[in-house]
This record gives sequence, structure tokens and C-alpha cells, in this order.
Amino acid sequence: MMNRWPGMKRLLPLLAGLVLLLSACGREDLSTLNPQGPVAEKQFDLMKLSIGIMALVVVVVFIICIYVLIRFRRRQGDKSIPVQVEGNHKLEVIWTVIPLVLLLILGVPTIRDVFGLAKDYSKDKNAVQVKVTAHQYWWEFEYTDYGITTAQELIVPTDKTISFELVAADVKHSFWIPSIGGKMDTNPGVTNRMYLDFPKEGVFRGKCAELCGPAHALMDFKAKAVSPESFDRWVAAMKAPAVMPADAEIAEKFTSQCLSCHAVGENGGNSAPNLTGIGGRQTVGGILYNDEAGVEQNLHDWITDPQKYKIGAMMPGAEDNSLTPEEVSSIAKYLAEYKLDY
Amino acid sequence: MDWLTTVDHKKIGILYMIAGGFFFLIGGLEAIIIRVQLMKPMNDVVAGDTFNELITMHGTTMIFLAAMPLLFALMNAVIPLQIGARDVAFPFLNSLGFWTFFFGGLLLNLSWFAGTVPDAGWTSYVPLAGPTFNSGHGVDYYVIGLQIAGIGTLLGGINFMATIINMRAPGLTFMRLPMFTWSIFITSALIVFAFPVLTVGLVAIMFDRLFQANFFEVANGGSGVLWEHIFWVFGHPEVYILILPAFGIISEVVSTFSRKRLFGYSSMVFATVLIAFLGFMVWAHHMFTTGLGPVANGLFSIATMLIAVPTGVKIFNWLFTLWGGSIRFTTANLFGIGFIPTFVMGGVTGVMLASAPADFQYHDSYFVVAHFHYVIVGGLVFGIFAGLHYWWPKMFGRMLNETIGKITFWTFFIGFHLTFFVQHFLGLLGMPRRVYTYLGGQGYDDMNMISTVGAFLMGVGTIAFLLNVFITWAKPRNATNDPWEDGRSLEWTIPSPPPEYNFQQTPLVRGYDAWWKEKMEGKTAMTPAEPIGSIHMPSPSILPLIMSIGLFIAGFGFMYDHLLVAGGGLVITFGCMVIRSLFDDHGYHIEPEDQEKGVKA
Repeated sequence: MMNRWPGMKRLLPLLAGLVLLLSACGREDLSTLNPQGPVAEKQFDLMKLSIGIMALVVVVVFIICIYVLIRFRRRQGDKSIPVQVEGNHKLEVIWTVIPLVLLLILGVPTIRDVFGLAKDYSKDKNAVQVKVTAHQYWWEFEYTDYGITTAQELIVPTDKTISFELVAADVKHSFWIPSIGGKMDTNPGVTNRMYLDFPKEGVFRGKCAELCGPAHALMDFKAKAVSPESFDRWVAAMKAPAVMPADAEIAEKFTSQCLSCHAVGENGGNSAPNLTGIGGRQTVGGILYNDEAGVEQNLHDWITDPQKYKIGAMMPGAEDNSLTPEEVSSIAKYLAEYKLDY
Repeated sequence: MDWLTTVDHKKIGILYMIAGGFFFLIGGLEAIIIRVQLMKPMNDVVAGDTFNELITMHGTTMIFLAAMPLLFALMNAVIPLQIGARDVAFPFLNSLGFWTFFFGGLLLNLSWFAGTVPDAGWTSYVPLAGPTFNSGHGVDYYVIGLQIAGIGTLLGGINFMATIINMRAPGLTFMRLPMFTWSIFITSALIVFAFPVLTVGLVAIMFDRLFQANFFEVANGGSGVLWEHIFWVFGHPEVYILILPAFGIISEVVSTFSRKRLFGYSSMVFATVLIAFLGFMVWAHHMFTTGLGPVANGLFSIATMLIAVPTGVKIFNWLFTLWGGSIRFTTANLFGIGFIPTFVMGGVTGVMLASAPADFQYHDSYFVVAHFHYVIVGGLVFGIFAGLHYWWPKMFGRMLNETIGKITFWTFFIGFHLTFFVQHFLGLLGMPRRVYTYLGGQGYDDMNMISTVGAFLMGVGTIAFLLNVFITWAKPRNATNDPWEDGRSLEWTIPSPPPEYNFQQTPLVRGYDAWWKEKMEGKTAMTPAEPIGSIHMPSPSILPLIMSIGLFIAGFGFMYDHLLVAGGGLVITFGCMVIRSLFDDHGYHIEPEDQEKGVKA
């Protein structure tokens, strides 16, 4: 029993090293091990604490295990009968009490954070209220105080807490921005609340974490944190009248074919992602990165055959929309140039 | 024919093993395809919808049609022998249990041929599994197949509870029961309480799908969160239904191969009971992100963490069973020893998941996938492999080849850790589970590749095991009564394989580790508790098979809305029940002179 303590002394630096290693792991805009906001930081602290405790337990078990296996292996031709030990109350009490103590160390901050992270900012005048609606397979963000709606790219200011109201339009999804904070499900018929802070400017990757159909894997979104001034300019630009295609024929086609579901500014429906300023977003459809193929090309590909990029997407392809290749190019060009200045 | 009508627990055990093994291979093949698809980013071996079908069928098959039947195989093969009984309490029900499981599983897997496969995940969360968003017949196969298979499990649970309570040999008190028997006793109790809950849920979802009921249809006032509660009130105890038998197997294997009594027997029993009890109290830890609020999350966090205490007691008791022993590294014991640290790794990540605020990050990510595969593969499958290697000579009278056995262990063990260890990190780096693909450059690529390589290595291990089985088959039956020489419980006192009636004379048990006690006192056989006499045996019957076929037909009838077919199937099943009730069957007797000839099972 006693000879496991010297081992532990050697272990502690190892554990410290492990924790250090963890804290520099993965992409800054994606990894839970590289938190970029206070919520994710709190969760990361808890993760580090539990990983530390658990690594300790695992190492102790490993050491005893290896020691036992080497020390007590049966030699060739050994017929001796070991002492038939019934048990040892002292030892059994020890390994009941030690786990209890370890759990207490983990349990207290757990309870503190359970309640801490459940704080409700929905009535807070200082918080930005965002209603998130999860659709198969895209995200709608409605800023209830400002009366604006956008999709796929959540724009937030760095100086305010964002209070989310989470709902689902069809099936269950789960809203997750790993480097900013943990996830929360969107349940049809139920409203969930959570808050997040984005103290650093940048674009963070968001995911859907609940199986929601064939394109579940591709239900990505972006959260873009900008300076407070920039955010105000964005709100103003969103509220400004929509920019329509200059060419009247294309404008006509765009209105009849696209705006029955999509919207730009005040025009159009809301059963599909809002397109206002889509040319300035990081991605098309959450997964086609514009810094790779270019926004116009991505839009063109997407409009031509959305199913090819997101299986099960509800949007009809260019043929079903009776768009000619020229019209697709023109609409893609118009949308690519539709950027908001903020 | 003999195999279709048998009610002998040993043969039913073998049937369970063959059927469970068959489904294990199907589930394994699905796993390999899943891993091939995820080998590299934006891979297109299978499409997104096919992938969802694969993960759903992999999970469902592995849990309900592979893991549980393989456990049933071991409990059928071993429990009556360990308690000195001639069969289970209800042999007819035992046979019925096997056949309903088999035809339920068959029905579920026929969905691959029908071209409409369940695709809502093994948890079948609504509304994705509801009629509005899943209009094909896929989920119907899940719902009806599992209901039929569930009958078999429930029958097994009731049967083994009754058997262990009523049919123990004289002197075999509860506190002298071998640990495997104890764990099966507790498991059976869990089955009896948990499976009806699943059945209720499945019936409700079936009514939604087939008869437009609105239990879970949100638009009509139903609740999706309700399904989650029902599912996990069953689903969490299910985890312990799977792992407790593995605990039992490990207790037997570790103790036998270290030639030592199990350390802290009474605390082991108490820990098992406590784990089972707590297992029912913690279902909502699967729902921390559902939005139940901080009070529920806090309570379920702490309750869940508490399970670590009795589990820890078990782990250290195993380690101290080994301590001071004389350890022999047979394949069975390699799996037994490999189980301990592996399961600890699965257990500690369980405690990490129990911390609700941290779980907001882990939940539905690959971290969870890693965690439950450590528990279910690193715990349960290692346990099953240990048990199969350990009891194989008792079941078949032949020793498995040790060299191939060691190849099985090392490939499977290394493959397993390669596959699942890196998945912890995939999850922490932000990879959600159940994704059919992922974009490159997110830091997932290398680890997914490693994981796939590991999966192939596990496949190699499984093939090595199959090879071992076939090679062993060709050899003569040469196993002695006590082939490991250090057997401790009653099954090692009778021939391998045992005669049809197991014990010619019911043994008298004089203490814990009954056989070991007699051996240590220099005896070569148990003291009998009764004189040699005529042994009463139950008659074989074809009815269980026909009843299950009836349910199978009825299932199809309901699914495809042919009420005549459905009715016909039910008539067959209920007709068999009537026949069974009206015609008395008194069984038959084996007379002492026939017993001497050694009636082979």
C-alpha cells in the first residue's frame, strides 16, 4: 500500500504538464480546450479539474495493476496455494472514502457552475437578445430588440452579454460554439435559454450537435464577434432598405424565384435563410468557405445544385427553379456583391 | 430439429451465442463501414442518409442483438451450473425468450433488404423518429423489432430471478453465491424494472407512427422531451444491465486465475446492489443539455458522481484479489486483467461527463462516443471475451487454442485503444458525434485516420477468435471437469460439457467457493445432498418457435397495414398459448441406469 506514494510524487509534474498541453490544443476558433470566452473558460476550468483528478485515479490504478502483474505472476511449476484473504475492512473503507473526497472536490464547483451558467439575462437591458431558430439544416438569428433577422452568421458585439432564446422549427437540434461555450438543445415546442460572452473579436465556428437528419454533419454556422461600434453599424446596415439586382429582368426573376422563401432586407419570406449582405459572409451554406473558392463561385455552385453540397437541403436546384445558367450567374454575382459595410 | 425444440438451458445458451455472435458480426461490419467513411475528411464511401442508417443499426444491433444475447448465452450456460440446479425455473419460457429475441432481431435487420432502414439514431429521438419527419417504414422496423426482441429479454430476466431465488443447491445461501450469479441476479432485477419502460415508450411511438396518436407530436400537443425521459429511464439502467454481468465474469476469472478468493466479497455484493439502485436515479444525466434547468442538472450531477464510489470499491477489490495471488496469464485472464484499467478509463470519463457544466461541452461530441465505447467495448466486450474463453471448455468440452487466443487479445486490445482513445480528443476539439463527414483542416484528420486503423485491428482480433472457434471445433472433446485446475464454483465439479441433467445428485454446499473448499480438504467430488434417483426433465417443444414466428408475421402485418396478416400472426401466437394451456405436459424421467451412460446434452 505504502509504495505507491513515491510514484505519486513523480506524477504530479506529469499531470501539470498534461494540463499545460491540453490548454494549447486545437484551433482557437473551434476547440473546447482553447476557450475564447468566460463561459467556455469556466467549463474548461472544470474540465481541467476533473481531468486532473481522473488522471490521478487512472495512474494509481495503472501502477497497482502493473506492480501486481509483475510481482505475483505464477512461476513455472508453482503449485503453492496463496493465502485466501477474505478482505480487509480498513482498506475497503479507505477506497470508499477517498473517492468520496475526490467527488466532493469536483462536486462543489460543479454545483456552483450549474447555477452560475444558468443565469437568466433575458430581462437584462444591457444584454443583446437573440432568438435562435434551428432549421433542417440552417440557423436563423433574430435580434428581437432591433427587429432584424439574419442567418448562418451570428454577429455579436464584444462588450455585451448575449442572451439566447433557443427554439427549433422542425426537429431537435443543438446549438454549440465550442470555443465560446457549451451547447444547449433546441427542442420543438420548448424555449431554452442560455447566455454567452464574446470578449475577443473574431469568427468562431458553431456546430449542430444533435442528430437531425442526413445533413446533420453539415449544419455549421459562424459566430462573428465585432467591436461595439462595428456592431452598431451592422445593425444600421441591416435596417437600411434592401439592395435589389440592378438589372430589372434579374430583379424580377430573383423576386419571383428566390424571395418566396428567402428575404433581403424587408422583402421576401422567412422560411429560408435571410440573404441580406450574404456576399460579406465567411461561408455559403455554413460549409463552403469563401476564402477558398471565392464567394461568387460558391454561390453559383450552391444555387445550381444545393443538394450536392447539403444532402436533404430543402432548397430546389436551378432547374427546378427554372433558372437558366445565365440567370444563376447573374444572381450569384448580385449576391456576391451584396455586402454590408460595417 | 433437436435445436429448434430444445428447452435445455445449455443448448439455449449455445443458440444465444450463435445468434448473438452473428449479430455481433453484422454490427461490427457496420462499424467498419462507419470508420472507413470517417477515415478522411469529406469522404464519400456512403452518403449522409446511409451513414445515419449505419450508426442507428450499429448501435441498436450491438446493444440489443449482440451484447445482451451474448450475456444471455453465458448466463444460460453457467448460472444453473453455478447454483447446482438441473435447469432454469421455466425452461419453456427460456426457449420462448430466445426465439422472440431471434425473430425480433431478424425483423429489425430485414429492414436492410426492405430498403427502408431506421435512421434516427439508436435513441430514436422524436420528432426525427416521428411520422412527420420520418415517414418511411425505417423506424417501424426499429419499434416493432425491439418490442418483439424485448419480450425475450424480459422473459429471460424474470426466469433468472426465479431460478436464482428458488433453485439453489442446499447450503448455497445468498452470501455464498458466486459473484457471477450475484451480478446476474441483480441484472435480472434491473431487466424486470427497466424493460417494461422501454416497451411503453416503443408502444407509444408505434401508436404515433401507425395510428396517428400524438404522444410525441409537438404540433398536436405532444412532447418530444417526454420520449427522452422514457428512453433514458430505461436506457441508463440498460447500461448497468450490460456492465454488471461483465463485472461478475471478471470477478470469477480474476479470482480463478490468481488462485485466490475474491477480495472483499461482501463489499462486492453490496457495491453491485448499490450500483443497480443508483442506476435508476441518474437517467437525466443524458439530458443535461436538454434544458431541464439548474436544479435538475445539479441533482443528477451529484447522483451520477456517486456511482463512482461503489464502482471504485469493485476495481480495488479486483486489484487486491490479484495482490498476493499466483497469477496465470491465460487468454481469459488477459481479457480479465485488460478489462480493469480499460474500464477505469471509461469510468473516470463517466465522472467527467457527470459534471453538468462541463458536459455542456462534452455532450453529443466524440468525447461521449469514446466514453461509452470504453465502457461497452472495453468493459462489456472484454468481459464477454473473458467469459467465452473461460467457460468455453465447460460449454463444449474443448479448450480454445491459447496461442490464437493471445493473438485475439493483443490485436483486439491494441486496436481498441487506438480506435477510441483519440476520440476523446476529437470530441474536445469540437467534433460532434453522428456526423457522416467533416471538413478538412479542423484538426480532426489524423486522429480519425488512427481511429480507423484501430477499428481494422479490432476486426482482425475478431477474425482470430472465429478462426480459433473453427480450429477448436475440429478437435476431440478432451476437456476435464476442471480444466483450469483452479476452478472454484460448482460448474467445475461436473463433466465438460455437462450431461443433460447437469448434476446426477444435487451437491451439498458447505461454504463460499464450494468446489475450492472441497478440493482444499482433499476431496475429489462434492458431497451429494440426495440419493441417486430418477431425474425429472421437461419435454422439448416446438411451440416457442411457432409463437415467435407468429409475432414476427404480426409485426410485418402491422407495419405495412395489412391487418389480416397482423391478425393471422397473432392468432398463431395466441393459438400456441391456448395449446400450451390446454394440454398438460408432464415431461419425462431419466432413470439411474440411463444416467450412468452419461446422457450427453
